[in-house]
Amino acid sequence: MDIDLILRVYPYFLEAAVVTVELSVLTILLGLICGALGAAARLSRFSFVRFLGAAYVSVFRGTPALIQLFILYFGGPQIGIQLDAFEAGVIGLGVNIGAYMTETMRGAIISVDHGQAEAARTLGLSRVQAFQKVVLPQAMRLMIRPLGVNINAQIKGTALVAAISVVELTYTAQRYIGSTYKPFEMFLLAGVLYLIIITITGKFISYLDRRVRLP
Amino acid sequence: MTDTPFVQIRHAQKAYGELEVLKDISLTVERGEIVAIIGPSGSGKSTLLRAINDLDPLTSGEVILEGVQVNKQLPHRQYEKHINEMRQQIGMVFQHFNLFPHLTVRENVTMAPKLLKGLSSADADKLAEEQLAHVGMSERIDYYPSQLSGGQKQRVAIARALAMKPKLMLFDEATSALDPELVEEVNLVMKKLAEEHMTMIIVTHEMDFAASVCDRVIFMDGGVVVEEGPPSVVFQNPTQERTQNFLRKHLAQYAEGAK
Ligand SMILES: Nc1ncnc2c1ncn2[C@@H]1O[C@H](COP(=O)(O)OP(=O)(O)O)[C@@H](O)[C@H]1O
Ligand SMILES: [Mg+2]
Repeated sequence: MDIDLILRVYPYFLEAAVVTVELSVLTILLGLICGALGAAARLSRFSFVRFLGAAYVSVFRGTPALIQLFILYFGGPQIGIQLDAFEAGVIGLGVNIGAYMTETMRGAIISVDHGQAEAARTLGLSRVQAFQKVVLPQAMRLMIRPLGVNINAQIKGTALVAAISVVELTYTAQRYIGSTYKPFEMFLLAGVLYLIIITITGKFISYLDRRVRLP
Repeated sequence: MTDTPFVQIRHAQKAYGELEVLKDISLTVERGEIVAIIGPSGSGKSTLLRAINDLDPLTSGEVILEGVQVNKQLPHRQYEKHINEMRQQIGMVFQHFNLFPHLTVRENVTMAPKLLKGLSSADADKLAEEQLAHVGMSERIDYYPSQLSGGQKQRVAIARALAMKPKLMLFDEATSALDPELVEEVNLVMKKLAEEHMTMIIVTHEMDFAASVCDRVIFMDGGVVVEEGPPSVVFQNPTQERTQNFLRKHLAQYAEGAK
């Protein structure tokens, strides 16, 4: 293993890791927004809205994220959507992970015992009040860990944007292989950096989960 | 207004598809009256009780509280407003307590009064202290529900309902989920409410409790009221064969359990 090479190129990989973190944060935020809207749609009183929610989930979970990204980035201009690679990456992957988060959030909400909303309604709370004050606070606690699984997948999923030339970790590794012919070292370095990002995120999620856990 | 009954159920019918769960039930409850509903499992007791605050809407029929129809047919928004007002006047206690696990005992009791009656935190705290003292739960005011025994949970659930100052209390097998040794503490709270002349409709499997606390017993079977009357009559001299069979079986179970 060429340790000297690794020591020479690692600052560039750190820069690329920052881009991966940015991509992760932005796609996760967008995903959380899409997930909340999707879950609200899936649980709507109106069947048409429920249908929209279900359609969103099945389309985005039923096709490869890479194809979605290609449609947006390469196909977009054809229908008047001009995005640079980073923007396309954020939007494409954010909307994609949102479909998974929709199901996570919906699952957490429906797993709160129905008796909870019932007890709240019995006291005279409206549907909205019962949801906000009783169901949601419990559902939020239940969704932290499964959302953590989505987030873990998403951080790794940012590697896909290498395919549309966003200069993040995976793309950077590929580029340095082109000039150094040392794929083992370059991919290993990228892998270690992914591992660090994911480990820190995982610890943070466990911490959050512990913070809000009930006695 | 003494001539209009306090609670009136008129021609209550409820069907789940083909299954008729309530078949034209009519009954009234007077102010301050304590009514027990007994009957075999699946006879429609819970459904009837839950129809009173429209938690399980009737297929047809009316529920009227102090001359106001609870289950009014209204456009969605108006119905929501109406039913939330009605439910504030009708307390309900469930078999499985349904305390809010993310809130302390205090918060369980104060949430609805704060939200719906605009009580200040100080007033709500005072109210919680009063209500919890009433059910003997003052000491656990800052505990979470998971830190309480079943009997304590149910007493908090009763305090939570009472904090809305309801006119009517509904109990759906409030002691069925409790270990035998915890039943009495909940029964004592209910007895205390009875002494204070709270109007109560109590679905129960405890014949002793019904006999000692209630003014009237309603025996339901197969979605109809088979027999009703004072406990002395229904328990000692039931006129209907179905009531006799039910009581015989139930008393046998008691004997069985006592061994
Ligand atoms: N949501 C429901 N859907 C279909 N059937 C139901 C539902 N709820 C209750 N039932 C049926 O209605 C009947 C009466 O139930 P219930 O009122 O709970 O009886 P009880 O409280 O006397 O045991 C039972 O046969 C039960 O299976
Ligand atoms: Mg029942």
